[in-house]
Formats: sequence, structure tokens, C-alpha cells
Amino acid sequence: MKIRIEKSLAPKRSSQIIVPILATVLSLFFCALFFVATGRDPLDVYSAMFGGALGSGYGVSETLVKTIPLALCGLGVAIAFRMQLWNIGAEGQFYMGAVAATWVPLHFPDLPAFVMLPAMMVAGAIGGGLWGLLAGWLKAKWLVSELISTLMMNYIAILWANYLVYGAWKDPNGHNFPLSAPFPKAALLPTFGDTRVHFGIVFVVILAVILYFIFKKSKWGYKTMVIGSNATAARYIGIDIKKQILLVMFISGAIAGFAGMVEVSGIVGKLQPGISPGYGYTAIIVAWLGRLHPAAIIVVAFLFAIIQVGGFMIQTMGIPSATATMLQGAILFFVVGSEILTNYELKIADKEETKHE
Amino acid sequence: MNESLIVSILAASVVAGTPLLFASLGELITERAGITNLGVDGMMLVGAETGFMTAVITGSPWLGVLAALVAGAILALIHAVLCITLKANQVVSGLALTIFGTGLSGYLGKAYVGMRLDNPFVKMPVPGLSEIPILGPVLFNHDPLVYISYVLIIVAALYIYKTRAGLFLRALGENPAAVDAVGVNVFTRRYLYTIIGGALAGLGGAYLSLAYAPCWLENMTAGRGWIAVALVVFALWDPWRALVGSYLFGGVDALGFNLQVLGVSTSIFLLNMLPYIFTILALVLVLIKKEGRLASPQALGLPYDREER
Repeated sequence: MKIRIEKSLAPKRSSQIIVPILATVLSLFFCALFFVATGRDPLDVYSAMFGGALGSGYGVSETLVKTIPLALCGLGVAIAFRMQLWNIGAEGQFYMGAVAATWVPLHFPDLPAFVMLPAMMVAGAIGGGLWGLLAGWLKAKWLVSELISTLMMNYIAILWANYLVYGAWKDPNGHNFPLSAPFPKAALLPTFGDTRVHFGIVFVVILAVILYFIFKKSKWGYKTMVIGSNATAARYIGIDIKKQILLVMFISGAIAGFAGMVEVSGIVGKLQPGISPGYGYTAIIVAWLGRLHPAAIIVVAFLFAIIQVGGFMIQTMGIPSATATMLQGAILFFVVGSEILTNYELKIADKEETKHE
Repeated sequence: MNESLIVSILAASVVAGTPLLFASLGELITERAGITNLGVDGMMLVGAETGFMTAVITGSPWLGVLAALVAGAILALIHAVLCITLKANQVVSGLALTIFGTGLSGYLGKAYVGMRLDNPFVKMPVPGLSEIPILGPVLFNHDPLVYISYVLIIVAALYIYKTRAGLFLRALGENPAAVDAVGVNVFTRRYLYTIIGGALAGLGGAYLSLAYAPCWLENMTAGRGWIAVALVVFALWDPWRALVGSYLFGGVDALGFNLQVLGVSTSIFLLNMLPYIFTILALVLVLIKKEGRLASPQALGLPYDREER
């Protein structure tokens, strides 16, 4: 009896949901091996992680707070990924958005909130959008791999933000700390009750709904997916691929930039180094694990926020927070590896004639 | 600028370029075989960490190098299983490798941050050769790993261009079906070259932690793995050009430091941007000309499926 692997023409819907869940569980086991190998009880680690993230009001609110940037950035990169444009620059676009948004209250501190906040949102989206567009332009014009350009631009953006807060934007009253002046009250997003959960969570839901309709119902959403799955076919039916690359990279970057605005306005209240602990990178996994589906991306973002907050909490046990990154990378491994189960079918060769759906 | 300053900048370029050289040579071999591995940065980090850890525990930097080679190879093996056997998306698998490697190195290395290495690799001038004016101090007054990189690049170039196995290696990336047709196993060879690529990335990381720094810091590669990936394109998949490119980028890396020494009062943050800006510019430079597009192996990134010949 021989087992053969064949390309499946229509991936089954059920397996698209079950396989990622299975992959996540397997990666938990996989990382448990590392914990055992380094003399730690995996059950202790995991219970501390999940308990820390979900076991208290503070934990839950922190988890929601981290869900917001992860979901926004995840939605942003998903748009590009659908077109097989590998925008891995959400991290840099996030920083550029935060920088652009910070420019507004630093230069016009007296604006009323109903002008200030929309102006910051637009600035953030444009900041991130232009940063994405630059990579898109390099791709459209000279075929420069967006993987490399966006990644390089992440480092440049982070250094740029540091340059500002260590230099021109340093708060003169800040005791020489690398922080911008704190935002005026009008530049802060409202929060819910006395938690740190802010209005950004509403934007997440609105954006996901908009993207759902664009992806599933609009002609443009269909068009970008055709380019992603078959660029040659797209060219034959007259789609201007270069224009779409520019547009998609701008929008993808704009959403990550918007996330940066939401973070400085909703959580930090100023510009400072390290405003993102790698949200833009984690967003890559979030988008892929969520199969680029807006609703699923929110769910996965919540799951990854648990891992992130849990990773932070376990530091008190002396376990490095890098554990969270390791776990996230492992999850992506298993998800990619298990895609063979959704994209291919295992067939038993000597039962060739048996039916399969 | 006087002569001794130029010599010291060139020598610093060679040292700063060496980790890039190991890593980009590894990626070059992997890509020549038709597999893209974007996990270079992750493999370098794990190589740097395991190398450092092993050297601290055993007291031998050479065992550290060995550990880094093995660690890089194991990580590359995961990529190989996913991409060659399971035909997974190579881009996403490589990204997973980078993220996993970053996390794993941070997890394992936490206790070693800030620790001192008692016997890192130190300069060992080559008797005779290091006496040659200019060339001597630039090329032959370094640590042993630099000399190993010279040997490696020569061996790799001879292997790729002059041997029968090298011919098959090049064909793997251009037309795997043709390689298959003459009875050479596409899958095992792709496994082999992916693993070699990983080992070299690990070695590049170990160079950072055992010779260049020498210490272990979280994320100490600062994106060098990605620069190495870009260098392969810049090098048009040619080992000799990878050598030149690595030293060029090593020079940019060293330039920021030397500008400060010269008293250029630009912000350190702007100077640190230089390698990343140069990487993008270098890609534009080769891609403006047609050869940049033509040099890429035709079957790069495509899983080989015997059914679809």
C-alpha cells in the first residue's frame, strides 16, 4: 500500500478551521520539549502564561489592550498577503504612523479633541501608508523584493523614531529622558471605565467588517486575489498589476500606521522608544494563522495577545519573555507544515478508484 | 586621511563583513538549489547563542563554532522538511524560522546576557603574509575564522563552477526536472544544500558572538541575516560577488563607527541607518540592469513535484 500526495483542487472548509487549531496544540507540545530540556515543568509555564493573561481583571484588560495593535496590524498585512505581496514591514509602518500622529499634538497642542483625534488618525495612516508605498514603488518600478525592502525599512523607521525622541522631539521638561512631551488630553483616545482598554477596539471591529466586505463582495477585493493566485491570468484580463501593488502597499501600510497612532494615543500618551514589542512581526503570524480572514484575524490576535501578556507575566517566574516569541514562531511552523493537509490530499494508491470528496 | 587610517578601515570592513560572508554564502548555496530560506537571521541568532553558550561552558571557542554549525543545520532541517517534503510556502516557513529562532535564542540565552567570554577568537597574524604592505594588515591580520572564510569561499566557488556535483547544484535551481531525469535525487540534494546553508548561517552568527562582539545579546544580529539575503541578490548568486558585497557592507557597517571617530557629529541613529539604506540601494542598483532579474535561479522558491513534470 502506497500513500500518495496529490494537490487538492478545492480545500475543504472544515479542515481550514481544524488544521490551524491542531497546529497550535502541536506547537504547544513542541515548545514543551524545550521547557523540559531546560529543567522547567511545561504545565507550570503554560498555566502561568494563560493564568496571567486571563486569570485576573488586569490580565484580561492587558490582553485586550494588546489585541488591538495585533489585530490592526494583522488586518493590514492580510491585505498585502492576499495579493502575495509579502509586506513584512508592519513594524516600521507602525512606527512611522506613530511618529506622524505624534507630530500633530506636538505642533498644534491646542486643537480640540474632535479635530485633534481625526487629524492624528489621518496623519498616522498617511505616515504608515507612505512608508509602505515606498516599498511598493521599489517593487513596481524595479522588482525590488518587498520582503527585503520592508524589513530594512523596519529598522530605519525604528531608528528614525529614536532619533526624534533622543533629539528634536525630546521633552524639554522631561529630565533628559528620551520621551516626547506628553500629549494634551485632547490627543488621547477615550478609555472604557478605569481600564486601559481604549476606543481602538471599536476601530478593530469596524475595520474588520469593512475588509470583510471588500474581500468577499467587492470587485476590487476579487481582483487583488486573482493577482495573488495567478499574476499571468490577471495580466491577461487587463489588470494593471503595478497600480495595484502601489495601492495595496499604501493601504496595508496605512492600516499599520493607523495602529501606531492608536497605540500612542490610546496607551502611551507620548512618543517613546520601544512602543511596539514586535507587533508588526507577530501580525504576520496572526494574519497567516487567521487564513487572511478578517474575523479569524481578530480571534487569532486575541490568542496571540494572551501569549504576549502571558510571556510578560512569566518573567516573574524567571522565565524569559522570549518564550512568547518562540511559541509564536513554532505555531507558524506547524501551521505552514500542516497546510499540506488542506492543500493536498493524502491518497492511498492501490485504492485509486475509491471516492474522495 | 592617511594611509594607516585607510588600512584600518579596510581591515575593519573585512572583519565586519565576515559574518555576512558566511551567512550569504550559505543562503547562496541554498538558493542555487532552488530553495529560498528567509530564516537566515533566526539561524544566525541561534548560532550566535549556542556558540557562545557552548564556548562559555566548555571553555573552547572551537566547540562553540561546532555547536553553532549544528544548531544552524538543525533549524534549516526544519525548513527543509516543511518546504521540500511538505511543499509548504517557503516565504512563510522562512519567516517562521526567523521568529522562532529569535525567540529560541532569547529563551536559551537569557542567563548569558552580559557574560564575559574568557577565550574568544583573537587575532593570529599569518606569518609572512601579514608583513606585506597594505594587503597584509587588511587581509592577514585577523582571527582564524576570517581565514576559514577565505578557504570556504574558494572551495564553494570551485565546487559550484568546476565540479559535476556543482553543475547539478546549479541545475537544481534552474530545472529540477532535468536533474531528476538523469537519475539524481532532487529531494536529498535539496535537503543537503538547505542544511549546509543553515550551518553556514549558524557560523555567521557564531562569528558575531565569539569573535566580533564577543558577547551574547538578544537580537544581536540587528538584521544582518536579512542583509545577507539581500546580498545574495546583489551578488547575482555568484560567490565571488558575494565576497565583494560582504566586505562592501562590512565597510558600511564599520563606516558609521569610523565617521564618529573622525568627528562627524551626526546622530548615532542616523549613522546606524546606513547599512539598511545601502541594502535597499544595492538591490535597486542590480535590478535597474536587466542582469539582476536574469540571474535569479528559475525554479527558486517552487516546490518540486514529480507529478507535475
